[in-house]
Amino acid sequence: MAAVDDLQFEEFGDTATSLAANPDATTISIEDPGETPEHQPGPPGGSGREEDDELLGNDDSDKTELLAGQKKSSPFWTFEYYQTFFDVDTYQVFDRIKGSLLPIPGKNFVRLYIRSNPDLYGPFWICATLVFAIAISGNLSNFLIHLGRKTYHYVPEFRKVSIAATIIYAYAWLVPLALWGFLVWRNSKVMNIVSYSFLEIVCVYGYSLFIYIPTAILWIIPQKVVRWILVMIALGISGSVLAMTFWPAVREDNRRIALATIVTIVLLHMLLSVGCLAYFFDAPEMDHLPTSTAAPNQTAAAAKSS
Amino acid sequence: MAEAAESPGDPGTATPRPLMRDLKAVGKKFMHVLYPRKSNTLLRDWDLWGPLILCVTLALMLQRGSVDSEKDGGPQFAEVFVIVWFGAVTITLNSKLLGGNISFFQSLCVLGYCILPLTVAMLVCRLVLLAEPGPINFMVRLFVVIVMFAWSIVASTAFLADSQPPNRKALAVYPVFLFYFVISWMILTFTPQ
Repeated sequence: MAAVDDLQFEEFGDTATSLAANPDATTISIEDPGETPEHQPGPPGGSGREEDDELLGNDDSDKTELLAGQKKSSPFWTFEYYQTFFDVDTYQVFDRIKGSLLPIPGKNFVRLYIRSNPDLYGPFWICATLVFAIAISGNLSNFLIHLGRKTYHYVPEFRKVSIAATIIYAYAWLVPLALWGFLVWRNSKVMNIVSYSFLEIVCVYGYSLFIYIPTAILWIIPQKVVRWILVMIALGISGSVLAMTFWPAVREDNRRIALATIVTIVLLHMLLSVGCLAYFFDAPEMDHLPTSTAAPNQTAAAAKSS
Repeated sequence: MAEAAESPGDPGTATPRPLMRDLKAVGKKFMHVLYPRKSNTLLRDWDLWGPLILCVTLALMLQRGSVDSEKDGGPQFAEVFVIVWFGAVTITLNSKLLGGNISFFQSLCVLGYCILPLTVAMLVCRLVLLAEPGPINFMVRLFVVIVMFAWSIVASTAFLADSQPPNRKALAVYPVFLFYFVISWMILTFTPQ
């Protein structure tokens, strides 16, 4: 009795519960990113890296199937099934966000951080935060740009929240769906070593959007040059995370198709950020104009904002 | 919800629903939100009347006028309503999916009641807006909204944080923060026509 009580009240985190539930499962912690350097014998280079990726891919896919079979055993109409998609701790979410902000060449985001435990918490709440960040920053930026103009009447522009939500959530779900379908189709023609599940792709896309939250807030600064520099930086970081994640999945394919896939991924990402910048943030006009020439600008601004 | 006290054995004469008892329960919960202590009253005897009253009040005060010719104004009554309830449901689902052991309606009750400080902020802002507009006007409103926002967060986390597993508390609290931030933004940017 006392032993059972002891077992119940002592909490060691995930390893304890998984040990109790599956005593036969391998207990190598696959959530510890420190494990990977031991598998790669040195700085990655050429064919050595391919072998390592193959090893890593096979190893992880074996463990993935083993754990997937044991983890997702509830039928899809029960609540427990969906709880498996939220099986992350705070530090894991922070680690994944950090991984999306610091793309390291050669390290694959999915293999390193997601490790067959894709979650829906990150993508959903990052997208929600991004929606409100863009809507609020756009509103604030327009207010600051048109401040002082007598003809400008401030409106909260609440409609834009729903438009932003539609755009961002559609991007975060439909583009991964299309990409996953495309990868599955290519996989049937060319045997790829690395393949991702749909949820892993959604996860990568969701976390890669995190960089746009501080970018959207900084877009309040009404300088065109600053805004475009921010676009480039954000696109560079998140685009490289996506490119480095999906390059191993299309590497074995026809060279041109592989390149076209990566270019399309980055292009769509750029389209999202440029589109949001153009739609939600008015173009900053020159300030410090003398009052005599301000009149036609005011009418132009009034016409534009109405 | 509180049951109606029907006297058994009197099929023809049902006693009226004890309105005063319900109102007292709602008022008591308001007090618990205003002075948050770690008590279980909000969780144990949950009801949704308080959140409904607060939500309707907030939505009525936030809606733009019906003769509105601006194409992008503030939110309509229905929009505020939907945001509050949809947001509360989403947060509740999120906390349950993360493994919290709070029931669905208990969580809705807590989140709804903790809108009380923000409703008070809305009332104060409306009064302040009767004065002449200007930066001081805005500063006062900003200060009031920030204080009430912090109060809402503290009140709701005092009730909700204990129901989460310890290594996921931040994950469950962040959506609450976002929810009250959005409502505070709507209150702060409210401009009368």
